Amino acid sequence: MVMLLNDEVGMLRKVPLFSRVAPAKLKLLAFTSDRVSYSEGQTLFHQGDEGDAAYVVLSGKADIIVDSAAGQIKVAEVEPNEIVGEIAILCDVSRTATVRASTPLEALRIRKDHFLRLLTEFPEMTVEIVKVLADRLSHTTAELTAARSKARQANS
Amino acid sequence: MERSLARYIWTHTWRQQLWILFVVALSMIPYFMSFDLPKQIVNGPIQGQGFETPGATQPFLPIDISVPFLGSFHLFDGFQLNRTQTLVALSLVFLGLVIVNGVFKLYINTYKGRLGERMLRRIRFELVDRVLRFPPGHFKRVKAAEVATMIKDEVEPLGGFIGDAFVTPAQLGGQALTALIFIILQSFWLGMIAAVIVGIQLVIIPQMRKRLIRLGRERQLTARALSGRVGEIVDGIGAIHINDTSNYERADIADRLGTIFKIRYDLYQWKFLVKFINNFLAQVTPFLFYLVGGWFALQGRLDIGQLVAVINAYKDLPGPLKELIDWDQNRQDVQVKYAQVVEQFTADTILDPKLQTLTIEPVKPIGDALSTVNLSLTDDGGAKLLDRVTVQINPGEKVAVVGTAASGAEALAEALSRLIWPESGRITACGSDLLDVPEAVTGRRIAYASSEAYLFQGSLRDNLLYGLKHAPLKEVTYEGAKAAQRRWAIGEAISAGNPYYDVNSDWIDYASAGATGPADLYHAIRPVLDAVVLSHDILDLGLRSRVEPALHPEITGRIVELREALRKRLDEEGLSALVASFEPGAYNMQATVGENLLFGAANGSELTGKELAGNAYFRSILIQDGLAEELYGMGLQIADQAIELFADLPPDHPFFQQLAFMTAEDIPEYTQLLQRLRGRPIDAASDDERAKIIKLSFAYIEPRHRFGLLTQELMDKIVTARQRFYDGLPKELERAIERYDPQKYTTAATLMDNVLFGRIAHNQPDGPERIRSLVRELLDTLGLHDEVLDIGLDFNVGVGGRRLTGAQRQKLDVARALLKRADFLIFNRPLSALDQRSQDVVTKNVLEEAKRDGRDPAILWVLPNPHLANLFERVIVFHAGELVEDGTHETLATKNGTFTRLLA
Repeated sequence: MVMLLNDEVGMLRKVPLFSRVAPAKLKLLAFTSDRVSYSEGQTLFHQGDEGDAAYVVLSGKADIIVDSAAGQIKVAEVEPNEIVGEIAILCDVSRTATVRASTPLEALRIRKDHFLRLLTEFPEMTVEIVKVLADRLSHTTAELTAARSKARQANS
Repeated sequence: MERSLARYIWTHTWRQQLWILFVVALSMIPYFMSFDLPKQIVNGPIQGQGFETPGATQPFLPIDISVPFLGSFHLFDGFQLNRTQTLVALSLVFLGLVIVNGVFKLYINTYKGRLGERMLRRIRFELVDRVLRFPPGHFKRVKAAEVATMIKDEVEPLGGFIGDAFVTPAQLGGQALTALIFIILQSFWLGMIAAVIVGIQLVIIPQMRKRLIRLGRERQLTARALSGRVGEIVDGIGAIHINDTSNYERADIADRLGTIFKIRYDLYQWKFLVKFINNFLAQVTPFLFYLVGGWFALQGRLDIGQLVAVINAYKDLPGPLKELIDWDQNRQDVQVKYAQVVEQFTADTILDPKLQTLTIEPVKPIGDALSTVNLSLTDDGGAKLLDRVTVQINPGEKVAVVGTAASGAEALAEALSRLIWPESGRITACGSDLLDVPEAVTGRRIAYASSEAYLFQGSLRDNLLYGLKHAPLKEVTYEGAKAAQRRWAIGEAISAGNPYYDVNSDWIDYASAGATGPADLYHAIRPVLDAVVLSHDILDLGLRSRVEPALHPEITGRIVELREALRKRLDEEGLSALVASFEPGAYNMQATVGENLLFGAANGSELTGKELAGNAYFRSILIQDGLAEELYGMGLQIADQAIELFADLPPDHPFFQQLAFMTAEDIPEYTQLLQRLRGRPIDAASDDERAKIIKLSFAYIEPRHRFGLLTQELMDKIVTARQRFYDGLPKELERAIERYDPQKYTTAATLMDNVLFGRIAHNQPDGPERIRSLVRELLDTLGLHDEVLDIGLDFNVGVGGRRLTGAQRQKLDVARALLKRADFLIFNRPLSALDQRSQDVVTKNVLEEAKRDGRDPAILWVLPNPHLANLFERVIVFHAGELVEDGTHETLATKNGTFTRLLA
């Protein structure tokens, strides 16, 4: 099945980050993005690379892998309708993990400059994204608090 | 340079000036003869003097020579001619004199012209020669465009003047004096009147013209400054856009133009005032002649004949006089111009020409150390860059220089390559002061690369080999007409004081690059380009160029082999999906609809882009099969989608680059078209509108644009139309298109397109980069690498190398420094445009490459940060213009000093 622009817009809407952005803007975002296919085992990007794009997975799965002293550790999995690599393009840091396709994978590659341009152009999109990120931050903070109190209990 | 123009001209041209004066004097004889002849013709044959009796004859051309004190000698009786014969003979003599005078004039003018042009050539060359010998600091104060205007425009009038410099005053002065003496001989008082008026003219007019000269000088200066500013605007156009200062620049230019206008208008007014007074004085003399001369005549002190003769003679006076005054003005003007230019080209110190003597034979290596003794350097403003530094760089030593931002490390590197001159202290090399060592030694045995790489407009190859072009190494032998041309060129160059080195000779010093000639030069170049990681870029440039098969038969001849090898390689690696190959009988999904229709590379304009949809033959192909209607429908849908996507965006939005179908300016037009044509049959559109809509479909690629507009049926129709197109291709279009042929090289396509013979799939991540690296590998295995490198080296780098990236320019500069295999390599933060990782790689490579073939040059590398210092045997640390630490990496790293602080 060939996936068309309109289908991609439908997929993008299911991504929380974009769920409340107007369809017309999503279509522009999809149009200016590249559709890329990866075969199993192919890497989307490497840890330490400069972040130049974010990826929305349209079909297939990928592993998120982090290099550590003990070798590579799989920390999470990406599934369809999920976005990956958006942190690196939002705040100019290098990739914090490697992402590798674990099945044949179709993704929409959103280039950094396009993404940022859309944000400046359509503030409503920025607001949505800020909401999602703030939400994530509060989650992370909660998890961190939990982890710390656990650690303190373990130490005492 | 000589400050007085007259002396300058006389020194270089006195022989020619004397000769031309002699010729002018000689030309006066036929000139005066032709004055006398009309009288003889009128009085003799016409009026009949001497022919009173029928059949009377007169001697023609008798020769008598009268010598003072000895009386006259009769040499020749002449021919006896009757009245008609005499008329014919004298008329013929007149004609002869006209021709002789004309020939004299022609000769004199040509001679003067040539003299002037030669001098112009000499002056211009001398000026450029001085530019080549200015001390480096001088260029901080001069603008390139101003120097160029001076050499090109401001000395130009000198050429015209030089031929006239001595001849004109002699000639015109002589004429005017003769007329004046004639008048005085007729009547003393009238002569005095004429003399007084002439005197007034000669005094007043030049006085008035002084203001003209002053204004002229101002005009010259303001115009020169204008051209300097225009040059700055062009060079700094980026800064202007970035800072929104275009209106500031407009104001500045308008103000300058206003000043220039005022000066020019003043000049204009004053010039015509001077002209008026000059004319008035010239005309007032006849008035006085009539009045005073008439009064004398009434008194009987002057006869009428004399009066008429005086007035007649006076006619010949203002002409030469005016020209003489003009000449004098021209002289002053040119003198001022010359003096100004000379002043601009005078520097306190200038390199001794001996330092730049052409040296053809190889130069001995520098065997001893390069050292500084109490070296102090200051910048243009007098701030200290380096303070009493004594350091010695021994042959073969690998030295890292590190320091804080204004540490003086860079200044040391510049001083060692003579780019700045010591304020005090000295640098020694080869046992003498570095400033006294010929450039033939420093330029060949010391190499230098910095972040400010300058590239000359020309090919990459020219720039890469620039560091080897010290002297014409081969005597070029010319034959036939070219030999004559060369002899002429040498002769002229000598006459104008120019050198006659042959620019067409082979200037490349192959030996110093470790090659024996052009044939094995690539063996020397390739490792150097690999070391600076530039080979890939150059190969890519080669792959992106259109290659003329006649010039590169090797690669174009093996293109089929290359295509097959690439296909095989892709299959082996499981990457067959990366490239969709062109197949004559199939639709290529990754190519545009237009490409699929044409299936060939367009040559010329008939079948490219905008023209294609309007081409009559192409339209006739589309109409069959109903293809035109389908493409029209497709075009409408594309327009619809494009307008929906882009209508809200401002026209300068970067997203428009993604829109392959139309530009931002086209959007309103297509919006209107769409409103009018939507939902109506194709017949509702005019031919032009139809072409505009159909054109949109040509750029469509399904996997890229994903509008879902292609059906299998449509694709089949397109492939059939392709066949029809070529079957009936009219003769006049045959040259406009080169059909893709799996077995043939397509001249109109790039080398890369030829190798691919297809399109890279759009859904493959990093497809183009992966393909490029595969192709590069293939070129190597097939032994075609050097050929493509050669093609890439033909790439024109543009003005100042602007068609290359900053990183490429810097890499090229380092490669150039490496290539000449010097004894001392000085690198002054040469890779600042590269990211840290690439800098590390290139630095290591360069250190290795410099040692290849058992060479062991000294290397002084000013590092941007100290973490690479461990690659060097010795580390010198600078801080605030002083040398603070000097030792091996280990000792400095363990000592608690500036180096360890820098490392932290």
